[in-house]
Amino acid sequence: MTDLPLTKNIDMSRAPFDIGQYRQAQGYDAVLQMFKDMAPSDVLEMVKNSGLKGRGGAGFPTGLKWSFVPSGDDAPKTKYLVVNADEMEPGTFKDRLLLEGDPHLLLEGMLIAAYTIQANTAYIFLRGEYLRAEKLLREAIAQAHEQGLLGKNIQGSGFDLEIILHTSAGRYICGEETALLNALEGKRANPRAKPPFPQVSGLWGKPTIVNNVETLCNLPGILRYGVDWYKALGKGGDAGTKLCGVSGRVNNPGCWELALGTPIRELLEDKAGGMCAGYKLRGFLPGGGSTDFLLPEHLDLTLDYDVIGKAGSRLATGTMIVLDDQTCPVGMVGNLMRFFSHESCGWCTPCRDGLPWIDEIFQRLEKGGGRAEDLQILTDHLEYLGPGRTFCALAPGAMAPLGSALRHFREDFDAHIHSGGCPWRK
Amino acid sequence: MTTSTIIASSAPKVQARTLSPEETHEIDHELTLYPDRRAVGLEALKIVQKHQGWVSDESLVAVAEYLGMSAHELDGVATFFNLIFRQPVGRNVMLFCDSVSCYIMGCERIKDHISARLGIDYGETTADGEFTLLPVPCLGDCDRAPVMLMAGEQYRNLTKEKIDALLTRVQQEQTNK
Amino acid sequence: MAKISVDGVEYEVNPANNLLQECLSQGLDLPYFCWHPCMGSVGACRQCAVKQYRNADDKTGTVVMACMTPASDGSIISINDKQATDFRSHVIESLMISHPHDCPVCEEGGECHLQDMTQMSGHNYRRYDFKKVTHRNQDLGPFINHEMNRCIACYRCVRFYDDYAGGTDLAALGSHHHVYFGRHEEGTLENEFSGNLVEVCPTGVFTDKTFSAHYTRKWDLQTAPSVCAGCGAGCNTTPGERYGTLRRIVNRYHHDLNGYFLCDRGRFGYDANNSTQRVVETLFRHLQGEDGEVRKALTSTEAARQLDAMSSGELIGIGSPRASLESNMALRQRVGTQNFFSGMSDAQLSCATEVIALLQEPGLNCPDIRTLEQSDCVLVVNEDITNTSARMALALRQATRNAATAMAQSARIPLWQDAAVRELAQHSRSPLIILSPQGTRLDDVASDTFLGTVEQQIALVEGITYAIDADCPASTSSFNFDAQAASIAKQLCAATRPCIVSGISAESIELIRATGNLARALREYRHRQSEVKLSVDLCFAMPEANTMGLALLMREGGGSLSSALSILGKGAADAAIVLENDLYRRAATEAIDAALAGNTPMIAIDQLHNGFNAKAHLLLPAASMAEQGGTWVNYEGRAQHSYQVFQPEGKIRASYEWLVPSNPVSGPTVHGDTLLEELAAESANFAPLLELLSSRTGIAALMKSPRQSHRYSGRTAMHANEHVHETKQAQDPHSPLSFSMEGMLLQKDASLMSAAWAPAWNSNQAISKFQEEINGELKQGNKGVHLLARDGAQRPYSKVEYVAEEGIAKYFIDQLFGSEEISAASPAIQARAVPAYACISHELAQSLGVQQHGLLRLSTNRYSVELPVLIRDRIAAQCVGIYCGSDVSRADLTGKLSVAAVAQDSNVLASSRAMFSSLVINDTLPREG
Ligand SMILES: Cc1cc2nc3c(=O)[nH]c(=O)nc-3n(C[C@H](O)[C@H](O)[C@H](O)COP(=O)(O)O)c2cc1C
Ligand code: SF4
Ligand code: FES
Repeated sequence: MTDLPLTKNIDMSRAPFDIGQYRQAQGYDAVLQMFKDMAPSDVLEMVKNSGLKGRGGAGFPTGLKWSFVPSGDDAPKTKYLVVNADEMEPGTFKDRLLLEGDPHLLLEGMLIAAYTIQANTAYIFLRGEYLRAEKLLREAIAQAHEQGLLGKNIQGSGFDLEIILHTSAGRYICGEETALLNALEGKRANPRAKPPFPQVSGLWGKPTIVNNVETLCNLPGILRYGVDWYKALGKGGDAGTKLCGVSGRVNNPGCWELALGTPIRELLEDKAGGMCAGYKLRGFLPGGGSTDFLLPEHLDLTLDYDVIGKAGSRLATGTMIVLDDQTCPVGMVGNLMRFFSHESCGWCTPCRDGLPWIDEIFQRLEKGGGRAEDLQILTDHLEYLGPGRTFCALAPGAMAPLGSALRHFREDFDAHIHSGGCPWRK
Repeated sequence: MTTSTIIASSAPKVQARTLSPEETHEIDHELTLYPDRRAVGLEALKIVQKHQGWVSDESLVAVAEYLGMSAHELDGVATFFNLIFRQPVGRNVMLFCDSVSCYIMGCERIKDHISARLGIDYGETTADGEFTLLPVPCLGDCDRAPVMLMAGEQYRNLTKEKIDALLTRVQQEQTNK
Repeated sequence: MAKISVDGVEYEVNPANNLLQECLSQGLDLPYFCWHPCMGSVGACRQCAVKQYRNADDKTGTVVMACMTPASDGSIISINDKQATDFRSHVIESLMISHPHDCPVCEEGGECHLQDMTQMSGHNYRRYDFKKVTHRNQDLGPFINHEMNRCIACYRCVRFYDDYAGGTDLAALGSHHHVYFGRHEEGTLENEFSGNLVEVCPTGVFTDKTFSAHYTRKWDLQTAPSVCAGCGAGCNTTPGERYGTLRRIVNRYHHDLNGYFLCDRGRFGYDANNSTQRVVETLFRHLQGEDGEVRKALTSTEAARQLDAMSSGELIGIGSPRASLESNMALRQRVGTQNFFSGMSDAQLSCATEVIALLQEPGLNCPDIRTLEQSDCVLVVNEDITNTSARMALALRQATRNAATAMAQSARIPLWQDAAVRELAQHSRSPLIILSPQGTRLDDVASDTFLGTVEQQIALVEGITYAIDADCPASTSSFNFDAQAASIAKQLCAATRPCIVSGISAESIELIRATGNLARALREYRHRQSEVKLSVDLCFAMPEANTMGLALLMREGGGSLSSALSILGKGAADAAIVLENDLYRRAATEAIDAALAGNTPMIAIDQLHNGFNAKAHLLLPAASMAEQGGTWVNYEGRAQHSYQVFQPEGKIRASYEWLVPSNPVSGPTVHGDTLLEELAAESANFAPLLELLSSRTGIAALMKSPRQSHRYSGRTAMHANEHVHETKQAQDPHSPLSFSMEGMLLQKDASLMSAAWAPAWNSNQAISKFQEEINGELKQGNKGVHLLARDGAQRPYSKVEYVAEEGIAKYFIDQLFGSEEISAASPAIQARAVPAYACISHELAQSLGVQQHGLLRLSTNRYSVELPVLIRDRIAAQCVGIYCGSDVSRADLTGKLSVAAVAQDSNVLASSRAMFSSLVINDTLPREG
């Protein structure tokens, strides 16, 4: 048993485990056991009971998501599993750790997921810039093939699985699961309408599950040590562990596996070593660029989906971005706005035409020439680009840091207007 | 699998170049991985870009013909993605992360330094064709910000000094060639 | 039926639809851009937001996109809710941030959906004060202008052009707020339906280039409900005139026929009206005069007198399939039925006559265009529908989506979820089986294609018939395609709504008989399968606007063209009147010349100067479709009336007006309606015309409906350079329309509405205000009347007289741009047309020793011509395809044909290569070099 099921094999100062080392560390045991003892429905039940929530950002219960995939004799024969390894959310660097640190863990997780939904083809949708991950995954897939852990009739189970690595070419929107499917099909990566959900009509119109890398990496542990163990890992309301990262002006930026329910302070102060000398904490985005700012007063909250939700933000990817007292919050949010504006896919009006306007306003605030009306326009956009208004969650995600910054750092915005530009640059 | 080709005899002004044997070989491999030819469009463009440095109109038309799809549709895909270069780029494309963590860690100053030293801004290529500077969204290395990806290598915790050393090395290597 | 509540009012709606569609069906105003009645929803523009409440207790509600929300029973929504209206005004505000606000110089201005929706959404003050995004425009060819800066990125253009019409050369490029809609390189838009972009685009990105050349605001156009003269489909159009010239054509909604879309021939062919080829004078040359004597112009009165003088003795008349029923009838009355001749080639007439007989058989149903879309298995026999009756081809393309419809229904995906349905279905399509001598423009959606000569196709069709009913007469063909036949038969038998589509362009009666036999076999099979007598859909494309009308008329008597020619050749008539017809297109040059040699005084009435009427002694200018009221019978046998849009200037008149008795002062004394009444009275076949007439006269008794809009400008000033006083409005005593702004807009009756308009709806999308429901019938219909009663006797199988062709097998090619005589004179169409050419296969090319774009000599024993050759991948072996254009007479090439390569120099190669580069076909051309 371990309390670090995701990272127990990971040591970034050396190469990741090859298949031999991985198996020596009991890797793939869970899968072999599964083939022997469990029907797909048993695995589904187990994953449902484990309380595993998606680690891609939305935190949707994984078992529940899988249960929407049609099964039984009438179900389409072709189904797909797709791994979302597009990690492009600003400030997010957790999947990279798993991909570069222990690629076989992902493959093992994929075997479990694919078996459960009875998919015989799985695609890993990897962002194109992750070159090392690409190389390591290719090697791992080849090794797994050699050892009969992929391919036809895996280990005599009668189950087939091919894993195909697809590398993208740089678009944040491809991380949105339906846009990702369009990208995989070789189309422009505009998101698709939901419903129909990918579980029913996904890749090439076939039932498809899209899961985040980290989500899938949780599965081998759950299968091996069981639901109770998994639930007990979490210290608060949520089960399991979570990769959590810290970036910004801290002494020891990085990414660690923590039990869900760990206080944020522990992450920031113990793991990340606290703020750099001469810097004070002003706020932080708890889970990547599309979450709301939290403030120093929130440090004692725990890393739990609900807890952070109640505080007005989201745990999302768990990688927190720290805003210090010597970085301009307006500049920081402006940087995010530029990112979101550029990464809008261009499909729906509010996002396509709203974000560039916001971007222009931030540039004007920065340069001087900003006006009070500009802040009104920013505020107007919060609702206009809010949840349910746009076609996908990109734009509402962008509004999270903007809205919270306008709430928490209003004086900085005003200062930009009154002092004719960014006071931090002077 | 059904694919259909509609190719009007109205010959496009842009004539396809001939894909190299390596290019077709690699594209053929990709074709075995997907149930639909057009799914390979982006992969094929990346393959061409790997070999040619960028995707010219002639390459685009060649790939489209090879996959039996319309060049217009393929260009729609090509121009959607950040990392498909539809214009020539330098030998070393510097994908410079300008996202939030790097911003906090002062990437703007590093970028200004690169620009000053090479005389190029984002989207530009040095006159000697050596470097192209492009902004890239978060490279997922935020704990080692600022970062940049160049010629397959990730450069982390960038400082002006590191940039100077790196650029000098690359320029040296080029003159030695 | 379901009940929904909108702002507290209950409505009965169809729960299979979405809220936007149902709100519009109820006549409510709700703005939208990306949704289209024919293309469904994709939820991109976000303009149609409404507030939806979960139940009566829910006071907060959620903002939802009406187009993406089903109109399910019990839905409670609000259009007027503050959050919803705020959101909508925000959407329009940001859509407009980069819009150039160039309405004063924009051709869409005044009929712009974006203007309408901007007003409706309540955006008037511009807050955005940064630089706008600008784009470079492309030259998209002779039909379409491109002004990308006006784009609001609703994605409708690509959804229509690519997804709906099967185009491949228009794409969404770039991303975020730089999305660009265009081609990857500049060049002509290839798709045959590109003109619809003009109406599909809600703003001024894609506008009509031909209209630009003589632009007028919509409100300044004089318009009237008309019918397209381009082919026999009978699409409804709205032509518009200003200052005596026809300025453009836009779509006029007809539920059963064209719906929202026209083909490019129909839309851009109108400009022939203004062409230099137009006959505008009455021209007379003395009978005994020297050959080449210049003809002199007469006044109208002199011309009418001259006509009377010339036609006093034994007179024959040759009718026309492109002239109205009225004009053909007037000619027939003038010459007498026994002296009335068809004006179609003999082969065409016999084909059309056979088609009529088939369509009257019980159990054989001629589908309208909308019904074609419903078919779940289509067999196309020989006809290249895209090039002969393009709007029908667009419908067949939609029919292949019925497999997707079925899949979506079983997956419970609403059909209006356009992207989701396509995604689910991928490449699954309902069977579309195409038999043709060469690759066609529908092949990309075909499930199966068979390349064969007409003879081979007949053999295959007989094979299919046999596979369905072994008791059918045995084929006498030496070909045998049993395997293909069995598979096609199986698919036809398995279908719920099979459809067989062919046409008369091959002029092969055997082909039609064989196709008819197949339909009969299938009908009998279906009768055996089910209690209810299931019919079989069978239709034949007709080449000209009134081919069917003339063929019906010919059933009452009269003779063939060849008999007319022989009478003329013998000098057995005192004079002949040739109605709207270039006889050189109808019969061999030799035969026409022989007829002319009889030196019979020849009176021609026509719209355009042509090779034949150049030889007439008296040439009278005929009105175009837009310049006359007339009745036209489409491929289904549906008679439709087109109204006169404007009074042509000078001496031009409707042909029948030249032919009916005339008063020197007041002009023609018989009106078109009278001719129809007489026709209806004389013949049971035409009796339904009375219904068509009464539907009009009833309304005419009331106040007239104006052809000019209430905003028509400059009426008192527009002729000020000619007179100081305001010109008197032309009178139109016989129609329910007036040539003026006065009258009463028949708000509810779109069949008489000169152009779609409703308060706040200035674009053609105003039509939704006149439909019973979105995409439904017009409130007062405009169906026309069916002249073909299905009361014919059930006929036994026809005998197919199989005559093997002598010499090399050949087929004739039709081109959408060029084959039809009148539209071919439109400059924009000419820019897309190619001269005559021949097509052969690689094998044949090799054995003949001819290279791509080289020259081929085609010879019969009397005639020979050299044509540039296109070597095609997809063409039946050992045969030659011939496109005649206006240069070569098809009739000259009938009979035993031989082909041979002609030595060519590089200049010839280069020029024919250039010529072929504007031809759009469906196969891969071998690259040169
Ligand atoms: C704009 C946008 C970008 C996203 N990017 C990612 C991503 O890079 N990786 C990821 O796993 N999920 C991403 N998501 C979330 C996915 O849509 C999806 O919820 C997730 O892959 C589901 O996997 P999970 O259930 O395992 O979390 C993104 C969502 C949005 C709206
Ligand atoms: S919110 Fe709209 S434009 Fe933005 S990424 Fe999503 S679909 Fe595209
Ligand atoms: S019409 Fe509903 S979103 Fe465009």
